[in-house]
Amino acid sequence: MHSSDNKKNSGDSRRDFLKKSSLITAVALTPSVAMKAAESQADEKFAELFEKIPLNITVNNKAYKASIEPRVTLLDYLREELHLTGTKKGCDHGQCGACTVHVDGARINSCLSLAVMNEGKKITTIEGLAKGEELHPMQQAFIKHDGFQCGYCTSGQIMSAVACVREGHTNSRAEISEYMSGNICRCGAYPNIVDAIVEVKEGGMNV
Amino acid sequence: MENRILKDENDRVDGFLKVTGGAKYFAEYELPGLTYGVLVTSTITKGKITSLDTKAAEKAPGVIAVLSHLNKPSAPAYEQEGGSQMKIFYTDKIFYNGQPIAIVVANTFERATYAASLVKTSYAKEDFNTNLDKAIKDPKAKKLQGQPDYKRGVENAYKTAEIKIEQQYILPIETHNPMELHGIIADWRPANKVTVYAKTQGVKATQGTIANVFKIPIENIQVNSEFVGGGFGMGLKTWPLEIATVMASKHVGKPVKLVITRMQMFTMVGNRPTAIQKVGLGATKDGKLTGITHTAFGESATYENFTEGVVNMAKFMYQCDNVNTSYTIVPVDLGVPIWMRGPGEATGAFALESAIDEMAHELDMDPLDFRIKNDPEMDQQKNKPFSSKNIKEAYKLGAAKIGWSERKNKPGSLVEGPWQTGYGVSVGVFNANRGKASVKGTLKADGTLLLQSATSDIGPGTGTGMGLIASKLLNIPTNKITFELGDSSLPPAPSQGGSATLSTIGSAVNDVCLALKSTIAELAANSNMDATSNFVDVLKKNKLPSVEITKESQSGKERDNYSMYSFSIHFVQVKVHKLTGVVKVSKIVSVGDSGKIVSPKTARSQMVGGAVGGIGMALTEEAILDHRYGRYINNNFADYHVPVNADVPEIDVIFIDKPDFLVNPMGAKGMGEIALIGFSAAVANAVFNATGKRIRTLPITPDKILA
Repeated sequence: MHSSDNKKNSGDSRRDFLKKSSLITAVALTPSVAMKAAESQADEKFAELFEKIPLNITVNNKAYKASIEPRVTLLDYLREELHLTGTKKGCDHGQCGACTVHVDGARINSCLSLAVMNEGKKITTIEGLAKGEELHPMQQAFIKHDGFQCGYCTSGQIMSAVACVREGHTNSRAEISEYMSGNICRCGAYPNIVDAIVEVKEGGMNV
Repeated sequence: MENRILKDENDRVDGFLKVTGGAKYFAEYELPGLTYGVLVTSTITKGKITSLDTKAAEKAPGVIAVLSHLNKPSAPAYEQEGGSQMKIFYTDKIFYNGQPIAIVVANTFERATYAASLVKTSYAKEDFNTNLDKAIKDPKAKKLQGQPDYKRGVENAYKTAEIKIEQQYILPIETHNPMELHGIIADWRPANKVTVYAKTQGVKATQGTIANVFKIPIENIQVNSEFVGGGFGMGLKTWPLEIATVMASKHVGKPVKLVITRMQMFTMVGNRPTAIQKVGLGATKDGKLTGITHTAFGESATYENFTEGVVNMAKFMYQCDNVNTSYTIVPVDLGVPIWMRGPGEATGAFALESAIDEMAHELDMDPLDFRIKNDPEMDQQKNKPFSSKNIKEAYKLGAAKIGWSERKNKPGSLVEGPWQTGYGVSVGVFNANRGKASVKGTLKADGTLLLQSATSDIGPGTGTGMGLIASKLLNIPTNKITFELGDSSLPPAPSQGGSATLSTIGSAVNDVCLALKSTIAELAANSNMDATSNFVDVLKKNKLPSVEITKESQSGKERDNYSMYSFSIHFVQVKVHKLTGVVKVSKIVSVGDSGKIVSPKTARSQMVGGAVGGIGMALTEEAILDHRYGRYINNNFADYHVPVNADVPEIDVIFIDKPDFLVNPMGAKGMGEIALIGFSAAVANAVFNATGKRIRTLPITPDKILA
């Protein structure tokens, strides 16, 4: 764990990183040393020092401090590090919407965002939508209208649906369909999803 | 499956977990010391690996092991001859492009992914062919009978009929692509005990395959698969990549998780294969069918055979004394296919139901009238009566709902600005299967019922349906009933496929509930209580915390005496743009004739989902190969178009909802397959009605309309 020290991301620390990373290369070229390094988890220690950078992020109103590799996507950080597995991996290419989360209120594909790009940001995932046992109106509407079958795209659909209402893109069924078309559902629950969104919109509930 | 907050007894029992992110799919189990596997795949289509250099990968940070045919981990069955030639890590042969050839295991996903990129492979290439059409035309190419030839009456009688049509229909490769990526977590422990978290349609099947490959006792293997993010057939097989992960866990002594990429979903876990079909139909001038000939060629693989029921429907769907069919499978250098929703029957129905529409047009008859005129009173193939068939009523209800009377028989008659409107209809049919399954039921003094069976739920709502069956029989509210599934240690049940789960496991639920009911009645009688006493009072009076009964259930003799099928009729209205050739499906009415509907909400969703899948099959889905290289060129969701929300109109679902007690005690027939079977033909027929253009090669893309 690192403190929120932005110096780590400065030019100074990058040069520092380059110097030290040549040391890693030297180690890697020597098999026996590398073997020993692996056994003593030295590569973990190297990585901690040179490859990882600090991250301060708020997820579902909880502040997290982490030290992570810059190549870790926000999606993998949520799933593999924080074990918030409600956010799903469906394609890892921003093509299916299963990983949709809210970043500072806007819906994004978390697979297309590196975790470190979200420094200081507020993330809401599906786990942060309900208040304990009290479901969010969109969650209730999805159950009522059977807006899913297998449930795998559902987290992304609901996060997208909530944003869709907040954005005001719910003036007709056609508009809802258009603005929900970034979220694929292979079971084909689309008409039910639109029914759920229409109900929430017409209910005038605070989403 | 936990059951909570049910406002309506028809809501999904797992709804709360699914809308809160609480439902755990295979990749979401936290195991201590979990490691990550990433596959290395072949970059040639056919040949042999000559060298595989894993040194750089092994040295990469966090890497624990790299496994391939060079250091094959022990899998006794693979040391024996026979079975599939695809014995992962036990062969240096390449059978298709994208075949897994090594697995890199590291302590993080990112490290495993990077290290996998460092593996260098050399090959000795061989000539290959991935093109079905080319293989059919090549006299030297291997061809195998996929199903015995069928003949009733005179062969090819259509050729001498008063009116005849003869056409060829082509379906491209379609991929299942459920939203959840495939994979497995394997945890091999000392003394050859293994636990896996799998994405499977059959926990018992996965358990059996692992036992067979590793030659360990079946009871050493625990398969967990509570939530499955869609299957559509691809989870009916334990794939080489799953075996590779079990091998890897055995080798490294730690749990290994593998989640394949979306691109790999196109190559490693099967598909609906390309099919080239010919249908010949003959009829009298007044519209009676006199001959049906259906011949089909389907793709298979070089290392394993694959067959499906492409030509089944032609044998019994229409009254016709002269029918002959043949089905040939042709190995090509691609990964082996696997049944995809509706399987071969959906492939065949596109051809047959398009041809029926073509014949109706030729006769200048309404295609509905033509179907009604040739509706059989009994199954001529099996020479048995249908257990139930309400198809004429279904035609009527669907036609009224879609506004069939608006349809003009002359194509291109309905034009409004640039949009041409057309109506199409087609039929789907699938076996009303029922297998053998066991269910354990435990009635508890706290007023709850626990039902357990090693079945699956890939999405249709297995637990919801089972709860509704039990609720009605025992008069217990559904929120007091829990149905546990997806666990290989539970009483055995077959895989979820062939539209048989509700029929098979539901029957066992029925039997176990009836047995519990009579046990409670006996206990009541023995303790001088009224026979209709509440089970809670009876158990309390008898000082019993619970009673439990396990029942195995299967069909009786009825199955020998009747022909049992589920039917669907799909009505579609399309709008085709004159200038761009864009096809919009604007109205859908699907009618299900599948016996009694047990779970109305989930059943409706299943029909809706089938129609959506049918839109994809008809209009957008095609996995395109570059035959020069044997590689897919659109293996991702940006280029392989599955239907999205804006592609789908409101969908009306009508159920005939008449029980068929010959099929099972609930009177319910399966409907997962019929929801899709025939749908693509309804769209093609509607496009013809709108434009006069008959598209016989799916998908119906704008270029084909404008050509």
